[in-house]
Amino acid sequence: MAARQPASIPGTTLFDGEQARKGYALNKMCFSFNSAEARAEFRRDEEAYLRKYGLSEPQAKAIRERNVLGLLAAGGNVYYLAKFAGILGLDVQDLGAAQTGMTKEAFKARLLAQNAQPDQLQEEHWAWQESSVG
Amino acid sequence: MARIVGGLTTSHVPAIGRAIAKGLEQEPYWKPFFDGFLPVRAWLDDVKPDVAVVFYNDHGLNFFLDKMPTFAVGAAPEYRNADEGWGIPTLPPFKGVPELSWHIIEHLVDREFDITTCQEMLVDHAFTLPLKLFWPHGECPVLTVPVCINTVQFPLPSARRCLALGRAVGEAIQSWDSDKKVVVIGTGGLSHQLDGERAGFINKPFDLKFMDSLIDEPEWATKYSIHELVEKTGTQGVELLMWLATRGAVPGRVRKVHTNYHIPISNTAAGMMAMEAV
Repeated sequence: MAARQPASIPGTTLFDGEQARKGYALNKMCFSFNSAEARAEFRRDEEAYLRKYGLSEPQAKAIRERNVLGLLAAGGNVYYLAKFAGILGLDVQDLGAAQTGMTKEAFKARLLAQNAQPDQLQEEHWAWQESSVG
Repeated sequence: MARIVGGLTTSHVPAIGRAIAKGLEQEPYWKPFFDGFLPVRAWLDDVKPDVAVVFYNDHGLNFFLDKMPTFAVGAAPEYRNADEGWGIPTLPPFKGVPELSWHIIEHLVDREFDITTCQEMLVDHAFTLPLKLFWPHGECPVLTVPVCINTVQFPLPSARRCLALGRAVGEAIQSWDSDKKVVVIGTGGLSHQLDGERAGFINKPFDLKFMDSLIDEPEWATKYSIHELVEKTGTQGVELLMWLATRGAVPGRVRKVHTNYHIPISNTAAGMMAMEAV
C-alpha cells in the first residue's frame, strides 16, 4: 500500500529526513551554541566559525543576513535556530515577526487576538469515511 | 505495589524560566498563567507524591540529529540541566530513581517498545520548568524518571502510539514493588508554531476539545495523523503527544482537579491540567 501524500500545510515545512540531511551542518553549528565558549568563538570570527562547521553557501548567506525563512529553507530546525537567535538577543516573538513580515508589536497583538476564537470545535466530516472504500 | 495518584500536564515555554527568575509571577502578563498552578500545588501538598515520571520533548540540549531516539527513558541517579543557549537560568540537578527507570525499561521492551536507555541525560526547560511550576519552593521534592519523545525530527510517533506508550508506562509503575506514590507529568503544547510564515498559529477550539477529551475519552486525538495534528495545532503544538502519554499512564477513570488555558504565553496557547486517579 503506497502512503497517501498529505496536502502540504501552508507556511509550514515539516523537518523531515530531507530537511535533516540538507540542514545537518547548519543545525550542528547551532547545536554548538549551547556552550558559552562556542557562542564567544562565533562572535569573535563569524566567518571562521561558519567554515569550521562547513556550512553550505545558502546556509552561510542566511546566517549573514539573519534571514529566518532562509535558514529554514536551508534545512534549519527551529529548535536549533533558536540558539542562534539567542546570540542575537532575539526571542521567538522576534522570530515570529520576522517570518510573518510584521512588527513585533503587531505580531504580539495578533497572538492576543486569538482569544476571540470560538470555544467550540466544529468537527469535520472524517477523511477515513471517504478513504475506507478504497 | 506503587500507586499512581494522577496526571499533570502543562506547557513548558522557556520564557517561564525567565519570568520565575525575575519574580514576575504576579505581573499582569504572567498572573493568569501562574495562578492556574495554585490549586494544583494545594492538591500536591495533600497527595504528596514521592516520584514523578515526566514525558517531555528535548529541544536540542541532550539529543542532536546525529542520534535521535523516538522514545528515550532516563536511567540515571540524577539529571542535570544545562545552558540551552538563550540565557535562562540553569536549575539544580534533579534526583533520579534508577530502580523504577529499569523496571519501566524492562516492561516497555517486554511490551515491544524498542526504546533508548540513557544513564546520562541532560534535561532541558521542558523537564525542569514544569517541575518548578508544580513545586516552586526549594529543592524538587520528588524523585524523577524522564521519558523523552521525539518531536524534533519527522517522522514522529503517532498519537495512538504515544497513548499506548503511556499505558505501558502506567502498567510498569503499578507493577513496581514499592510503596511509593507516583504522579505522571506531561509537558508541551498546546497549539503553537514557531517556524515559517504560519508562525503564531493558535487553535483555541481544538485545544479546549483536546483538554476535555483527556478526562473521559483519551482516544479522541488518536484519530488524527501526525500531519493532521500539525495542521490543527502547529509544528510545536504536536507536543500534545506528551499529554496523551500522560493520560495513558493514569489507569482507569480520572477526576478533573483543575484546568487552566491562557492565550498567549510567548507564542503559545498555554494549557494546564491536573487529573486525579479515581
